[in-house]
Amino acid sequence: MSQEQLILQFQQKDVKAYEKLYNMYCDSISGVVNNIVKNDDVTQEITQDVFIKAWNKADTYSSKKGRFFTWLLNIARNAAIDYTRSKKFKQSKQNLNADFFVDILETSSNLDKSTNTIGLKEFVTKLGEKCKAVIELIYFKGFTQKEASEELDMPLGTIKTRNRTCIGELRTMLGE
Amino acid sequence: MDSKDYIASGILELYVAGSLSEKENQEVYEAMQKYPEVLAEVQSIENAIVKLTAFSKKDSAYSFDSIKNQLKVEQPKVIPISKPKTNWLQYSGWAASLLIGSILIFTLSKNNQLKQQVASEKEVLEAQIDSASTNLAAAEKLIEVFRDKDIISVPLAGQTVSPTSYAKVYWDKKTNSIYLDAKGLPEPPKGKVYQVWSLKLSPLTPTSLGTLDSFTADNNKIFTITNANESEAFGITLEPAGGSLSPTLEQLYTLGAVSS
Repeated sequence: MSQEQLILQFQQKDVKAYEKLYNMYCDSISGVVNNIVKNDDVTQEITQDVFIKAWNKADTYSSKKGRFFTWLLNIARNAAIDYTRSKKFKQSKQNLNADFFVDILETSSNLDKSTNTIGLKEFVTKLGEKCKAVIELIYFKGFTQKEASEELDMPLGTIKTRNRTCIGELRTMLGE
Repeated sequence: MDSKDYIASGILELYVAGSLSEKENQEVYEAMQKYPEVLAEVQSIENAIVKLTAFSKKDSAYSFDSIKNQLKVEQPKVIPISKPKTNWLQYSGWAASLLIGSILIFTLSKNNQLKQQVASEKEVLEAQIDSASTNLAAAEKLIEVFRDKDIISVPLAGQTVSPTSYAKVYWDKKTNSIYLDAKGLPEPPKGKVYQVWSLKLSPLTPTSLGTLDSFTADNNKIFTITNANESEAFGITLEPAGGSLSPTLEQLYTLGAVSS
């Protein structure tokens, strides 16, 4: 079954179709959430909330506005960022370190799960600092091109091309 | 800008990240519809990002069951798979089976009819065979009679009343019977019958051997008659139905003497 069909069925509240989509993206979404909230229990809670929220607002998704994965990604980032602004998060803030996704990657138990993980780990450690920062901001934090350019003090065009180069290397390594 | 330059620009990576404006998203969507290679590139980038982000979680996977119960499922609407429309397939099926049924009944009755026809034809044939073999037996018997040296052959010649008539008597003295071949006699008029006589000549003494009542019906006109007399001649007269005690000589059709 094509992804387009799965998404259509999901929008018609087909639980089975949604389960397939969930299994495709659950790890990614929780990875993004974890990178922001940096707490396993909270990550699980927020990830579940994200998928319930997506289910409830299924009819607002349109392929014309973007990829389904991107749509989920936005819901996840917003939910995680909302949490970081909450009282609860601020109270526990002192316990958090300032890891980038790369730091989480390096200590992740998930890295033993796939044959690609060794290559991924190698790739991540070899990534230049600028590359790490761009991926972090663009994909994990949801920064726009402009926001990233301001944050990293780089020209707009450079963000775009650097990002492409970094993702290109990642794809080569993953065989994508 | 062709699709190659478009891909190389890095906009698709930002598209997957969700970093583009609404207007730019719309442009990418249109490009994906237009160029399959753009769509493939987006899918490839997405796959890489899905894998990369999946590695930044520490926990093991969360089961779908943990959220399944919290998904509000509206009462599923019953959507009929097909509207109850005129099912021509079904109707034509019924029509076809009716047609086949009536053909079957027709064939069966036709078959019975033919069977009966064959049976009656068979009966007729059997009767023909039967009569043929009877005829054959009779003919064989006649040939046997004609060839027997002990049988006396007596030709009866036509007389005044009917000069063209003739007959023949085959007399088997061993069995005291005569075989009369009366083929040369005309059909007797209605109410009349031929009567066969055995004659002694001196003095002339006629003895009735009986009437040929079945003359008209008999096909070969050969009659077997018992005759124990010492006949010297045979004669055939036309008599009123039932026969007469003595021959009506005016109506003597044929006459023939036994040669000694």
